[in-house]
Amino acid sequence: MSTETTQTRTHGIKLDALGRDTAVRKLEKEEIALTVNDLNLFYSDKQALHDVNMVIPRKRVTAFIGPSGCGKSTLLRCFNRMNDLVDGCRIKGEINLDGYNIYDKSVDAAALRRNVGMVFQKPNPFPKSIYENVAYGLRIQGINKKRVLDEVVERSLRGAALWDEVKDRLQDNALGMSGGQQQRLVIARTIAVEPEVLLLDEPASALDPISTLKIEELIYELKSKYTIVIVTHNMQQAARVSDYTAFMYMGKLIEFGDTDTLFTNPSRKQTEDYITGRYG
Amino acid sequence: MPMEKQKRDSFTEWCRSGEPFIWVNAAAVSLSAIAVVGLLILLAVRGFGHFWPADVMQATYTAPGESARVLIGERVQKESVPIEQLRSAGFDLDTDKGFLDRELIKLGNRDVTGADFSWILSDFLSDINYPEDIMVLERREWGNFYGYLRGVKEDGRTVTGAEQNPDVLREEFASRLDRALELHEKIEKIEKKDIGAINYRMEKLRLRERGLELDEGLSAEERSAKQTDIDAERAALDAEYRVYQDELAGLYQAINRDSIVAEEMSGRQVELRLAKIVRAFEPNAMDVLDKIWFYLAKFVEFLTDEPREANTEGGIFPAIFGTVIMVIIMSIIVTPFGVVAAVYLREYARQGLMNRIIRIAVNNLAGVPSIVYGVFGLGFFIYFLGSEIDQVFFPEALPAPTFGTPGLLWASLTLALLTLPVVIVATEEGLSRIPKALREGSLALGATKAETLWRVVLPMTSPAMMTGLILAVARAAGEVAPLMLVGVVKLAPTLPVNGNFPYFHLDQKFMHLGFHIYDVGFQSPNVEAARPLVYATALLLVVIIALLNLSAVALRNHLREKYKSLEL
Repeated sequence: MSTETTQTRTHGIKLDALGRDTAVRKLEKEEIALTVNDLNLFYSDKQALHDVNMVIPRKRVTAFIGPSGCGKSTLLRCFNRMNDLVDGCRIKGEINLDGYNIYDKSVDAAALRRNVGMVFQKPNPFPKSIYENVAYGLRIQGINKKRVLDEVVERSLRGAALWDEVKDRLQDNALGMSGGQQQRLVIARTIAVEPEVLLLDEPASALDPISTLKIEELIYELKSKYTIVIVTHNMQQAARVSDYTAFMYMGKLIEFGDTDTLFTNPSRKQTEDYITGRYG
Repeated sequence: MPMEKQKRDSFTEWCRSGEPFIWVNAAAVSLSAIAVVGLLILLAVRGFGHFWPADVMQATYTAPGESARVLIGERVQKESVPIEQLRSAGFDLDTDKGFLDRELIKLGNRDVTGADFSWILSDFLSDINYPEDIMVLERREWGNFYGYLRGVKEDGRTVTGAEQNPDVLREEFASRLDRALELHEKIEKIEKKDIGAINYRMEKLRLRERGLELDEGLSAEERSAKQTDIDAERAALDAEYRVYQDELAGLYQAINRDSIVAEEMSGRQVELRLAKIVRAFEPNAMDVLDKIWFYLAKFVEFLTDEPREANTEGGIFPAIFGTVIMVIIMSIIVTPFGVVAAVYLREYARQGLMNRIIRIAVNNLAGVPSIVYGVFGLGFFIYFLGSEIDQVFFPEALPAPTFGTPGLLWASLTLALLTLPVVIVATEEGLSRIPKALREGSLALGATKAETLWRVVLPMTSPAMMTGLILAVARAAGEVAPLMLVGVVKLAPTLPVNGNFPYFHLDQKFMHLGFHIYDVGFQSPNVEAARPLVYATALLLVVIIALLNLSAVALRNHLREKYKSLEL
């Protein structure tokens, strides 16, 4: 494997975007959760993703960065088939999770989403009590035993570093919480169903700096149990929380590699321009 | 020059500040508020004055060209009319005044004078006074009686005569009237409740017998066994009926024992049976407190009693009850129907041309005149659906229809159809306001679309559904035209919910406040007497609609409070 070739393969996937040799070597050692194979996505006639090939390493944090409209959220939403809900959206190519193609006809999108949880940009708790918000995913699965629910709610809220703040008001409406608390509640709600992968779509962009810090700390803790993919506008945040970073531009994956290398020694001109603030 | 310019500037400035617009807005709101309050006050004053026991006047009236006569009655209304109009009406008037006052006097005694009310010219009234011992009798027929009490009779023999002390006479009358009223109540109960129930069971029995005749699959023994059952039950009912009949005969005899002798305004003495009297009072002798008590009693009677005398007297309880029960049944039908339709249109149907056309059609349904719905209800629900139901489920009652005739169910269904667009539109509006983020949040947790709808979206849409229901109730409760075709009647003998099994009679005809207003005001033989009742009933209808609305609004606000996250 050479540093200069543009055609690199790792884990059986050709990674045009893989930059430096160091990145390749690091990735080779990782266990892989998700692989993306020649993914193309169209909104009606407009193509939003072009031939994306990449891998998401297990129990690591992978960040997607890039200017607005570059397709990073679209790619993220491909991982749990949220794009299915968009009218006129077509997908070519495949995404494999643990060896099966999630776009296969036999895959039930609801079951997939239980396995690949997602947290959105704006906190979106349900207008129910804190307890019911966390228990929601379990109730959907038909689990209604109070003992089980109690246990999962506590574990999830502890997992989202929220338990100490809300343990005395579990029956209060979740909408009465602060924005940062609501976002952590949404994370607790998502981990309550024990997903394998956590997708975070700019989870801190609507929050104040202190809440952002808490979320980042939480991400750091969660990566020991979950594979995390995070989309962020904030490059410092990407540098702080992620192990791997993918830079996207105009629907294409430009560069993908370990965060340290990508930020300190990018192999592509576009990446360098972006992280040094020349556009974006 | 600069001064002038500044002046114009200050006007344009004032215009630009938006203040004129605020004034216009405020004026529009004030006008609307005044109109509403004015309407309510008008209804209240015109309607609720009716229950007040007015003083009764006695006067001598000498119309030109006629001999003098004594009038006893209530002064109801006064107006002034041009002299020409009176002349052309046949009065031979020798005066140079341009206008004359005339008054409407309620004379009562319809059985004697032929009409309750009479217009007289005020100028020809003399010796106006208000004797304390004028007595007013409210009767079960022929309207009020005005006159003097002259004696009390039992079985045709005078017990207490005019020569007695008036107080003794009055007391004798009062105690005997109490007894008569008590007896009347007993008779009512037996006739309406007990015998009514027996008749109802007899009818059921007849239908069972007829059903037996129609059932061809029965063997002879079974048939005769069942027939024996029916005969036995009928014999039991007959026996029960005879007991009541005997009791009734006794009661009638008792109630017809007493009568009074009263003198009416022409000085003639008439005999009135106590059985026909509802209430007796002497308004000129009453002080304010007495009158307030009397007023309250009359008002309670108005709210809780059944109508008498072609709806012009008594209460309107059956109409209140019918209106409320119909609106409730309509709500129960229209809400789930409208919500389900809206969910399909907004959530499941493909948003294409077809969907647009359907939506436009639904919106336009709201503009179809209500009488058209009435015609549809009559043609489809009653003549088609109702007769089919009768053929299949009630063949024994034929040719008398059970559901193939106007009734509560069809009226409620017709109104549900009428208000369906409102509920659909409001619910769709609510569905479109639920933030996408919340739906995605639920879907991202592994919920299916249906689960997301049931657990997140629909609960959050409930305030919008309530808004739709409020609008629907407001429209339905006031609707009269379609009801005249599909189930409302002038007088329903029993309430649609009563003590006869199965207690809830959806096939029955019912009374309705809106139709009651129309009937009392325009179909009544005695328009003058009924007019205040029209106002009072109208106000009551407004109040009931407001109450129904307020309860729905309270429920909606409670739901809104619960789901107040819509501004995500």
